[in-house]
Amino acid sequence: MTPHPDPSDLRAALRERADTSGMRWLEEALTRVAQRRSAIGTLFPAAGRECARGTLVEDSEEPRAVPRTWTCEDAVRALLLTALPLEGAELGSEVTALYRYGDAAEKRGVLRGLGLLRADEGLVEAGLPLVRDGLRSNDTSLVAAALSEFGASHLDAPAYRQGVLKCVFLGIPLRDVAGLPERADAELARMLNDYARERSAAGREIPADVWRIVDPPRFHPREEA
Amino acid sequence: MRIFDPHIHMSSRTTNDYEAMYRAGVRALVEPSFWVGQPRTSVGTFVDYFDSLVGWEPFRAAQYGIAHHCTIGLNPKEANDPRCRGVLEVLPRYLAKDGVVAVGELGYDAMTAEEDEVFAAQLELAAEHELPVLVHTPHRDKEAGTRRSLDVIRESGVPVERVVVDHLNETTVEAVAESGCWMGFSIYPDTKMDEDRMVRLMRQYGVERVLVNSAADWGKSDPLKTSKTAHAMLAAGFEPAAVDRVFWANPVEFYAQSGRLRPETPVTAGDNGATFAGNSIERGSR
Ligand SMILES: [Zn+2]
Repeated sequence: MTPHPDPSDLRAALRERADTSGMRWLEEALTRVAQRRSAIGTLFPAAGRECARGTLVEDSEEPRAVPRTWTCEDAVRALLLTALPLEGAELGSEVTALYRYGDAAEKRGVLRGLGLLRADEGLVEAGLPLVRDGLRSNDTSLVAAALSEFGASHLDAPAYRQGVLKCVFLGIPLRDVAGLPERADAELARMLNDYARERSAAGREIPADVWRIVDPPRFHPREEA
Repeated sequence: MRIFDPHIHMSSRTTNDYEAMYRAGVRALVEPSFWVGQPRTSVGTFVDYFDSLVGWEPFRAAQYGIAHHCTIGLNPKEANDPRCRGVLEVLPRYLAKDGVVAVGELGYDAMTAEEDEVFAAQLELAAEHELPVLVHTPHRDKEAGTRRSLDVIRESGVPVERVVVDHLNETTVEAVAESGCWMGFSIYPDTKMDEDRMVRLMRQYGVERVLVNSAADWGKSDPLKTSKTAHAMLAAGFEPAAVDRVFWANPVEFYAQSGRLRPETPVTAGDNGATFAGNSIERGSR
């Protein structure tokens, strides 16, 4: 299972990484956003410069609250989103604007942060187009972030399968993709089986992640008659 | 030899160029926003372009081990099209980004009243955001254009040490040297400036406040001109320390005035790309 952090996990992890002035900046930023939604426009891009940046948690095989792919900036931005005094469609439109005008790191922050917000109908309606935009990108970090908690919970089955296939294609490790134990189905296995067959026909290596979904004894290297 | 190309339009270049640049020692670069060879007719196309300068292009550069930063601005040529004027309104959003280390390219193309207005408005934005400024000098009527640019910069109140005036040659360098602004030189295959003339100018003016770039773009240009000029300097007897000053220390010093320069880490890759889950991102066919 991919871990699923809540705000207190992110805060705790950040305290290990940020210095005192970074944490002070974060607390002030959260207060300002809670008081006035428009404050987030200038605070969101500054997350890395002002609070902390880089890896948030050490890589480990142990299960833990915060996924290894999260950066400090991601955590700061996710917390800023949770501080917005909005919900539903209004929250959705604020998040959409942050994504639309965000650089790659801000877009990633939105895609990851969506998973911490209350997913009512308005938010899901606004968030899904952002997830699909991330999946269309060729930036591996955006594709991976699109398949974190929110995307994995709300994408329909065909889009989720295409997303997972794209991850294998781009070399994004499937252990970082949310929702696989619940959502990997026979159709996804069929798609990955076909992909592996295409690779093997071309004399190319088959990515090991294929075997997370496809059962090796059931792999068919050739099209069956 | 480590090289920082302070002015190159990578969106117009191929991954072969990135590879060759890395082999030649390029580890960091700044991509100024400029005109793309074909006129744009709406604010939306600028927004998409700016997005790629703070998103896709740094990602691409990081795959080849090169740190990518950019400058954002409305260029003088398109400042003349009223349909593009709205770009000024979206600039503040982009000037707040991590990868943006200056406002630019600004300046003059045909020295119209519209260009005056847009230049001044963006100098004001630079002062507000405490960012350095990259000024392009015109291809035609260059001397007059350079002098007029220096006047506008003086009036703006932006400190001269935060401004580079680019594409200089033998006839325009003197005025900029006296002004206190940084001197930028674009080394091109046929036009602007070549390696040997550049070496002569550095003999005469020294290497302080000098930035040498390839300004490579979609036109006839060469992304390895930085490295070729560095070798021409060595061949002419310059010390390696002077070469490092021009091709690393100077651009770092200039753009670090933004407070956002991270020349050692491929930008965004440090956050995700190259180190993404400890995985090389060069694999896989896209
Ligand atoms: Zn240029």
